[in-house]
Amino acid sequence: MKKIEVNNLTKIFGSHPQQGLKRLMNGEQKENILAETGMTVGVNQASFSVEAGEFFVIMGLSGSGKSTLIRLVNRLIEPTSGEVLIDGQNIVEMGKNELIETRRKKLGMVFQQFGLFPHRTVLQNVAYGLEIQGVKKEERNKRAQKSIEDVGLHGYENSYPKELSGGMQQRVGLARALANDSDILLMDEAFSALDPLIRKEMQDELLNLQNKLGKTILFITHDLDEALKLGDRIAIMKNGEIVQVGTADEILENPANEYVSNFVKDVDRSKVLMASHVMKKPAVHMAEKSGALAAVRKMEDAGASSIFVVDKDNNFKGLLTIDNAINAYKSDLPIETVLIEDIHEISPETPLNDLFGVAVEAKYPLAVVENGKLLGIVSRVSILSGLVLGKKEVTTP
Amino acid sequence: MNYFTLPLEEWTNRFVDDWLLPVTGEFFDSVSDGLRTFVDGVTDLLIAAPPELLVLILIIISWKFSGKGLALFALLGSLYLGSVDLWEAAMQTVAIVIVSTLISIIIGIPLGVLAATNKTMASIVRPILDFMQTLPSFVYLIPAILLFGLGNVPAVIATFVFATPPAVRMTTLGIQQVPADVVEASKAFGSTKWQLLYKVQLPLALPSIMAGINQTMMLALSMAVIASMIGAPGLGSVVLEGISTVNVGLGLTGGLGIVVLAIIMDRITQGLARKNKK
Repeated sequence: MKKIEVNNLTKIFGSHPQQGLKRLMNGEQKENILAETGMTVGVNQASFSVEAGEFFVIMGLSGSGKSTLIRLVNRLIEPTSGEVLIDGQNIVEMGKNELIETRRKKLGMVFQQFGLFPHRTVLQNVAYGLEIQGVKKEERNKRAQKSIEDVGLHGYENSYPKELSGGMQQRVGLARALANDSDILLMDEAFSALDPLIRKEMQDELLNLQNKLGKTILFITHDLDEALKLGDRIAIMKNGEIVQVGTADEILENPANEYVSNFVKDVDRSKVLMASHVMKKPAVHMAEKSGALAAVRKMEDAGASSIFVVDKDNNFKGLLTIDNAINAYKSDLPIETVLIEDIHEISPETPLNDLFGVAVEAKYPLAVVENGKLLGIVSRVSILSGLVLGKKEVTTP
Repeated sequence: MNYFTLPLEEWTNRFVDDWLLPVTGEFFDSVSDGLRTFVDGVTDLLIAAPPELLVLILIIISWKFSGKGLALFALLGSLYLGSVDLWEAAMQTVAIVIVSTLISIIIGIPLGVLAATNKTMASIVRPILDFMQTLPSFVYLIPAILLFGLGNVPAVIATFVFATPPAVRMTTLGIQQVPADVVEASKAFGSTKWQLLYKVQLPLALPSIMAGINQTMMLALSMAVIASMIGAPGLGSVVLEGISTVNVGLGLTGGLGIVVLAIIMDRITQGLARKNKK
């Protein structure tokens, strides 16, 4: 079900927005409109939709219109034209009371500079949304208390915002948005003002909360890494227009135009790529049943000095080196007894970033294992080439 | 430079004589009556109350809002006013200041809020305030006499006009200085305009509003003194008498009395503003 649907949403700042709109509809460039009329096209015919429970990220550089766009969604800024459907209802056409009601019940918002009320305690800040709805003090404090605990601020209820660090202040901002129990969270560069370590922590916690509470999140950022990490789908904005919407994979692999591909080029691949992207099919593997001599022959064929061993259901057993295989053959031992079993097992979702340390210390390639089955192997070479070449080149043989 | 003659003086007089007084006289009379009852009531109350009781209350207020130093100063200042036999005159001045400051606040703060939230209102209010503040204070006195006669009523009116601008301006400033993201947050959670105003904007503008009240009160005191020229009773008339009879001693005793009042009023309202900042 579509939670938010935005159709042809346009915002023109200036004295005669309708004239500007006419020019825009006639296909005039926004630079032209600015030069001739002095009006700025903030958002230009943006359309996208967000499914219930989806984490949707809008990513763009400063001046791309992303902060304007999110404010059009809850009408903190009045749209010039177009429609915004929240649960199927067009917020652009709502009367004053209906708009206030929609903001109260359906839309929570988190701000870049936190937007906390400095004259109110943490508890009073978090309870604000309920307070203005006329919820009784006891009830609203109870609900505020719960969302304060959800964001891990237990014990700070009676502090004032200025007594807290930036990260903690943004937790208050998040708790305030959660306390209303609205389905939709609008987050405007919510983590951009935080330092990198705190930002990462908040991102992880937001993902956890999202899993637990199933909110629909519209998240604005200028940080592509953040967008790729958080977003189920990502919209890339440039000059007030949405240039591409897609999953992280789609955007990385098929950039819609040069602008997007220039962007994506600079992505820190180690954060985006996972073990499954760089792993290779094990060069050789064999059922345990066949003997040591067969194993030696397979190693010879593959030009390798070791080989991963699996049973007939592809369950991972261990690593057999050529020395051990020859010893086993000479002493007529079954190969199970000479397998090296303390091989590093990694899951296909392990980010490349986390593989560096492991790969440096491991003597043998890493085994990518899921549910006990061997999916592939990752060698040091494939980690490096994955970084250099990106996912596409690695996965296609 | 007189290339042509502008008969502004004549026009004004004709406007006042032919239209303003005949047409609006009744209205101003009724305002005047109401105001007189109010000012006289406050004056009578302050004069009738035992001075010892008032001094005790003053000391407690000074202590609470400012500190020990001001409390001591209030005691010594009161003793001085009593010892030079100016207690009654001081109470008359205080009554005019209190009444006109109250009116300034009651009218000025809502006007400041309107000017802060409404562009049209701001463009109307700002030039009027500029006009009010740049016009020499003596000029107010003439229409005040014309419309309200002599005594403490025109004094209150002239003082109100003179002292209101800071209340309006500082309220507007205070509300405009509330950070934009805080206002946005309040709106985003579905506040009505009223809720935004009294739950967020006014509380955050309070230190600025209190500073405005402080300035209003100081201006009111200075005008209440000048208003002695149109027959307002109080410390000002004592000084005026000193001037007109070339009695330096009387001028000095009255002048010192005004200084005592000014320091006490200033420190108390400043203390009030500081308390609200925390």
